[in-house]
Amino acid sequence: MRIRRKARFRDAVASEWTKLWSVRSTFWSLLATVVVTIGLSALLSIAYVVSAARGPSFDPGAYGLAGLNFGVITLGVLGVLVISTEYATGMIRTSLAAVPRRSRLLAAKALVLGLITLVVGEAVSFASFFLSQAIFATKDLDVTLGAPGMLRAVLGGGLYLTLIALLSLGVGAILRHTAGAITAVLGVLFVLPIFGAFLPGGWGRTVQKLLPSNAGGAILATRELPASLAPWTGFTVFAGYTAVVLVIAFVLFARRDA
Amino acid sequence: MAVGRTCPKIAAVSLEVMIQATGLTKVYGARTAVDHADFEVRPGVVTGFLGPNGAGKSTTMRLILGLDRPTAGTVTVNGRPYRRLPSPLREVGALLDAKAVHGGRSAYQHLLCLARSNAISRKRVAAVLDEVGLTDVAGNRAGEFSLGMGQRLGIAAALLGDPPILMFDEPGNGLDPEGIVWIRGLMRSLAAEGRTVFVSSHLMAEMAQTAEHLVVIGRGRILAETTVRGFVGANANSHVRVRSPDMIRLAPLLTARGWSVRADEGQAIRVYGVAPETIGDLAYHAGARLHELTVVQPSLEEAFMRLTADSVEYHAHAHPA
Repeated sequence: MRIRRKARFRDAVASEWTKLWSVRSTFWSLLATVVVTIGLSALLSIAYVVSAARGPSFDPGAYGLAGLNFGVITLGVLGVLVISTEYATGMIRTSLAAVPRRSRLLAAKALVLGLITLVVGEAVSFASFFLSQAIFATKDLDVTLGAPGMLRAVLGGGLYLTLIALLSLGVGAILRHTAGAITAVLGVLFVLPIFGAFLPGGWGRTVQKLLPSNAGGAILATRELPASLAPWTGFTVFAGYTAVVLVIAFVLFARRDA
Repeated sequence: MAVGRTCPKIAAVSLEVMIQATGLTKVYGARTAVDHADFEVRPGVVTGFLGPNGAGKSTTMRLILGLDRPTAGTVTVNGRPYRRLPSPLREVGALLDAKAVHGGRSAYQHLLCLARSNAISRKRVAAVLDEVGLTDVAGNRAGEFSLGMGQRLGIAAALLGDPPILMFDEPGNGLDPEGIVWIRGLMRSLAAEGRTVFVSSHLMAEMAQTAEHLVVIGRGRILAETTVRGFVGANANSHVRVRSPDMIRLAPLLTARGWSVRADEGQAIRVYGVAPETIGDLAYHAGARLHELTVVQPSLEEAFMRLTADSVEYHAHAHPA
């Protein structure tokens, strides 16, 4: 006996879940995320421990989470691919014939991508932290999760990576082109801050603080930094950028011809 | 052939309208792809959607599926715009182009993704794979499929929801002769089950063999909406093919009677508007030998060429030597 009920949002979510796990790029970008973030956090910690230099401003928390910046690349790529490959292959027409409510399809994609990157993001954030602190512990330089701001930074690392993936999904839906969308995401997140650093004066510093990756990355800090927004302020600003991009993506996705 | 079909039998000729376009118009930039199209598609028969390449067939189908938004007018499926159908795959199955698949996914996973989105069971996925003959390669990546296998996968996707309405855009593309015979039979049996089958093609011969009803489109306009027989009757005349070694004597006699005579291939002529008996008698009395006297029924192709003579998007121009 076949089921004869109306298709609902959860069916679209189930479909997107199957879609995501039935292509190789998902597995590879998640594996790359795990290896690169944890690996680089650990490597940096080892480099610090074996070197003779010891600064008073040493922040074991920030060091231990430095690898997460590379997760920005891998999860950003995953976020773009989730939608851009549908356009590249023509699958989008099949997908929209199956789920013609545009907002439902995009929301299902966002939910599935968000859930997976949240789980993986938190996992790599905590793993980076514990592994690096274990390395610092060999020289009694480690901190615990109980240190001021530390739990927030580690949890925030996973949240930041989740927002990166969602932002990338939005950019992918707007540009509908893999290479273009990846270039746009990485350009905004990594190249803009380089230019921002050259901006003069007080307004220049303000702009620099408000640039997406600087604002979003503030959640990873455990020491007060004058060149950066407060952790949750920065995170909120970045969440705002993500929301704006997603709103534009939803509007365009609903309006445009497939 | 039918696998788990539960579609109720509907009388072969039905007044029900399953697809209805009203003033349907789509403009891309400066190009009007579909121009105030009005047509209806009914269940129980195969309705052919005939038109030259670039006439607006695919665009019309995209509009029906809600993939593109009409510039003006409406098109409804079972009384509703496609985008409002709660479980569209269970109401309309469509094969638009076989390439609309992620090549990295296996045939089974591709269909499973679609099935899950419309609350269709896994069992049904296996059933349609079997129906199109892809069970043995269900685990292979769709990107490795030949054009014909890709076409079969697209047809499997269309059948997935056991829908009462089916649309196929140029389904014969890339299929081998065996596959073409198969899909013809499939379309006819789907229609015989009371389903609505709307199939586009630019190949008249193909349409003549499968469709009963026709919607003819040229340059975005609906040129005719009729039965295949009615269409041919209205747009082409039968003629008599005459071959004679004494043509020099015979031909003037025919033209003298006011009959329309044209040259045909193989040293023969075509005579319009007269019965073969009359020509035979005339030749006998004139002492002209006849080597051939054949009544040629008009083909759909001829009717189509006449109707769309000035609505072909791209003409080939003969260059004088």
